[in-house]
Amino acid sequence: MDLLYKVLIDPFVQMSTAPDLLVQTLWDGLVAGVLYSLIALGFVLIFKASGVFNFAQGIMVVFAALALVGLYDTLRRWGVPPGALAAYLALALTIAVMFGLAFVIERVMLRPLVNQPDIILFMATFGLTYFLIGFGELVFGGDPKVMIADQLGLPRGAVEVKVGTGFFSMQKIDIAAVVIVSLMVAGLSFLFQRTRIGRALRAVADSHKAALSVGISLEQIWVVVWFAAGIVALATGIMWGARSEVSFSLQIIALKALPVLILGGFTSIPGAIIGGLIIGIGEKIGEFYWGPLLGSGIESWLAYVIALVFLLFRPQGLFGEKIIERI
Amino acid sequence: MSKHVSILAGVILAATVVASALPAAAQESIYVPLFTYRTGPFSGSGTFIAEGMHDYLEMLNQRDGGIGGVKLTIEECETGYDTKKGLECYEQVKNKKPVMVNPWSTGITLPLIPRASVDKIPVLSMAYGLSASAIGDTFPWIFNPPATYWDGLSMILTYIGNKEGGLEKLKGKTLGYIYLDAGFGKEPIPLFEQFAKDYGFTLKLYPVAATEMQNQTSQWLNVRRDRPDYMVLYGWGALNPTAIKEAAKINYPMDKFVSIWWPSEDDARSAGTAAKGFKTLNWHAVGANFPVVQDVKKYVVDKSITQTDKAHLGEVLYNRGIYNSMLIAEAIRNAQKITGKKVVTGEDVRRGLETLDVDQARLKEIGMEGFTDPVKLTCADHNGHFAAFMQEWDGTKWVKISEPIKPMSDKVGPLLTAAAKEYVDKNSGWPKRTEACDKSS
Amino acid sequence: MFYREAGQFKTTYWADQSVFPILQDRIGLALILFTGFVVLPLTASDFAISVVLVPLLIFALAAIGLNILTGYTGLLSLGTGGFMGVGAFACYKLTTTFPDVNIVIWILVSGLFASGVGILFGLPSLRIKGFYLAVATLAAQFFLDWCFVRVPWLVNYNVSGAIEVPTRTLFGMAITGPNATPQFRYLVILSIVTLLTWFASNLVHGRIGRSWMAVRDMDLAAELIGIKLYRTKLLAFAVSSYYCGVAGALMVFLWYGGAEPAVFGIDQSFFILFMVIIGGLGSLVGSFFGAALIYGLPIFMRSAVAAFGWQILPSTVEHLTFMAVGALIILFLIIEPSGLARLWQVGKQKMRVWPFPY
Repeated sequence: MDLLYKVLIDPFVQMSTAPDLLVQTLWDGLVAGVLYSLIALGFVLIFKASGVFNFAQGIMVVFAALALVGLYDTLRRWGVPPGALAAYLALALTIAVMFGLAFVIERVMLRPLVNQPDIILFMATFGLTYFLIGFGELVFGGDPKVMIADQLGLPRGAVEVKVGTGFFSMQKIDIAAVVIVSLMVAGLSFLFQRTRIGRALRAVADSHKAALSVGISLEQIWVVVWFAAGIVALATGIMWGARSEVSFSLQIIALKALPVLILGGFTSIPGAIIGGLIIGIGEKIGEFYWGPLLGSGIESWLAYVIALVFLLFRPQGLFGEKIIERI
Repeated sequence: MSKHVSILAGVILAATVVASALPAAAQESIYVPLFTYRTGPFSGSGTFIAEGMHDYLEMLNQRDGGIGGVKLTIEECETGYDTKKGLECYEQVKNKKPVMVNPWSTGITLPLIPRASVDKIPVLSMAYGLSASAIGDTFPWIFNPPATYWDGLSMILTYIGNKEGGLEKLKGKTLGYIYLDAGFGKEPIPLFEQFAKDYGFTLKLYPVAATEMQNQTSQWLNVRRDRPDYMVLYGWGALNPTAIKEAAKINYPMDKFVSIWWPSEDDARSAGTAAKGFKTLNWHAVGANFPVVQDVKKYVVDKSITQTDKAHLGEVLYNRGIYNSMLIAEAIRNAQKITGKKVVTGEDVRRGLETLDVDQARLKEIGMEGFTDPVKLTCADHNGHFAAFMQEWDGTKWVKISEPIKPMSDKVGPLLTAAAKEYVDKNSGWPKRTEACDKSS
Repeated sequence: MFYREAGQFKTTYWADQSVFPILQDRIGLALILFTGFVVLPLTASDFAISVVLVPLLIFALAAIGLNILTGYTGLLSLGTGGFMGVGAFACYKLTTTFPDVNIVIWILVSGLFASGVGILFGLPSLRIKGFYLAVATLAAQFFLDWCFVRVPWLVNYNVSGAIEVPTRTLFGMAITGPNATPQFRYLVILSIVTLLTWFASNLVHGRIGRSWMAVRDMDLAAELIGIKLYRTKLLAFAVSSYYCGVAGALMVFLWYGGAEPAVFGIDQSFFILFMVIIGGLGSLVGSFFGAALIYGLPIFMRSAVAAFGWQILPSTVEHLTFMAVGALIILFLIIEPSGLARLWQVGKQKMRVWPFPY
């Protein structure tokens, strides 16, 4: 009886008696969700255009963030005054690096593997992960670094709002994250839906062979997509790096994108966003109100269970393309 | 295609040859393997420790020609904080007659504990590993000075008690405990719960899974709800900086946030000025203004026979690496003294560790006066349960803010004995101590 | 020249259907077994046995388990680490509760517990396919991980929160614990792995294996020819988890000798999956190749550096190893996407016609 009370009633009592905490939980869930969808977005972009489940997205996040911080340091050593100028120069250079990476990946890895089964490409991205881990540590060193958030002009501090007896605080950097992610999603959607290159991307996603036969260059498309995923990785790296630190343990966080992906569907950009929000808010609410019953820390698997429940009803994810099976 | 096949065959053949023909050369030097991790998700902490450990021993080689006239063969083995690779390292060094191993990971220490007595290689797990291994009668081959995690917790509580004006003042208060949800973080919980009962405070637990280290929003939301009067942190790697940042985010008063001895400068620095007031335990000094660190600088770092970044000298984890190596070196020296041999073995160094006595005078000799407190181990006590002090982050560096705090041995002692007894009970056939006890020299 | 089947006539169906129809194959197998059971224990160094051979066999066993599920039945799973953990913890509970029963029996029994858990988490496979299923099995992985850390009963309330392996004997010799010789541990593992591989080989070549492969190639069509999908898929989950469970128990008891729950994390799952893919999906011998490549390559590279006496920092070696392993994986995939097992077949084919090109 007591247990039933704790499961069914107590959490809601808490929600109503401390509305500030409920709002805070929702907001934190929203921010986490947005950041999850940012990682998921990187996966979706690549999956959509090349059918590759990119295991290396996590390490690309680390790599991009490390490159940014490392280049900033190098620039400073060369005499560029520290501050916004050096930071934005470093940002531009990092974008160039990510483009170079996309180019090399396409040349060396994807091109020889055209038309291979999905799982082989998946495996190849694992090889890429290994390579990037070694390369990144060799070039930038393994020690954690502080993200140059201030120099990039990202706001710090918090906005506090009084709610009832308590307060509700929004970190400015979280607000910035939400805004930046929204802009990126809008931009990517525009790219996909309204431009020539977007049409080509969607054609490639439907069928490599058909796209080739109407004269779309697969190579070009793949470079574009991996580059876009690299940019998304950079944004993710900056945001997560600012929340914690820039180190190789950041790649673990990329696993969080997986439940988001199954929930939203592997091929849908809106799916990645909605999925991220559901997972983010769901796990924060679950952890905060029901977690203590199980000794807390249930967050590590709760997201997967939420996703699993959704999947049982919609096996292709919320926005995934309907699976049509023929014999 | 056949070309590829033959290449593959060649690789496999070569692999077998190399793997089966690994040399184990005898040498007129003392072999000290160092298990380090400069790579992997925990490299942020591991790099400093590795540098400190390596540089001190190298300095002895350069300055004094080793210990007692015998050169040290220092060899690093990269574990990446991975148990698999750690065991590989162990097997690799085992045949080269190492005088001791320093696993630097609780996960690697645990499988080594039963092997130590069989392979005759002492294990020095400095302030980590299995707390119960402090009981020398049960674990003659394992050493974990200068304090256990349980000692650490009791010191933290003593400090909090002093701040409140007596431990009894904790009655009715709430203490939060945020920790890495693994053996390391969970170990202090039974003691913490007992303290809660004894002093009448409420204990709230906030576990952080290893995969969620950088995603602690929920834990800190819970902290906001529960409003603990003090927070205690047992973290490692990315858990520490994230916890400090999240604490700052919810406006948790930093001066009431106390950690065990693992956070580094980087951890606090990443939160900027918001981390001001954050406290950790420590048992050695920070900074490079000690003869020992200067010697390391002069003989090793300035000569560029190491890859250490000059900026790392004097950082808290670098100095901890030096401290660890000091224990190694003193144990070897002591072993030489007891046995009269120049080239000592693992068995000798075990005896050297058991009678280790680094007093003030000796500390002065090795340039560590004021760097740390004396260490003395005995047959029965492989830990020493030495006092540690509290240090505070002032925004740019760690500052010592308290006198050494003694652990509450009356509370910790029985727990240790019980844990050691339980270990023996559960591992039926655990060997009785047969190693003779040396008189302290 | 030597590897010809000319003149070997099959006079019975039984002979024609055997797994190794060619005499030379049988001789080769016998040689390999002889090397494994007699030559290696006598000649290989302790280091080679306990660092290279023992882990290799254990990983190969886990890879066979996953291969049954992923390679033969086409169900992608990322829960391998969790299932290995179930085996290890079950074995620990069993051997501490009933210490008198021989540990080898408990190791084999502990796989059954993994089977049960596998069936439970295999249920979603009836509805979910492909990468979606892979992520669903991640739910199993993370949930099991959490259980290993959170349920102190599983480790008998040890303060360390880890499995502490007690000493157990077989034929009067220590098989677990510090006193067990590497050679003896190796022989026990090799026997178990050989036995289970033989069993798996019979499974996949028989009716059950065929129904698995039918499901893999197209489950709708398989259903139409009368294969009961749920039974086949769940059986694949059960058998696969059994193998993984036994591998997990072997890993902790005969290799590590003590393990924290972290050992069974998501990394382990990926590690095994990559062995399966690089070795060759749907190939038992490929599982051994995959394990040798993914586990053995880094060790080989480190040893090579040590053997040549290059003065490089161990951390740099580690970085270069990572890069080289990554590059080699990509290279192998480009050369032969179907895995090392396919290379092996191609090699054998060449041998048959050698010295003529065709």
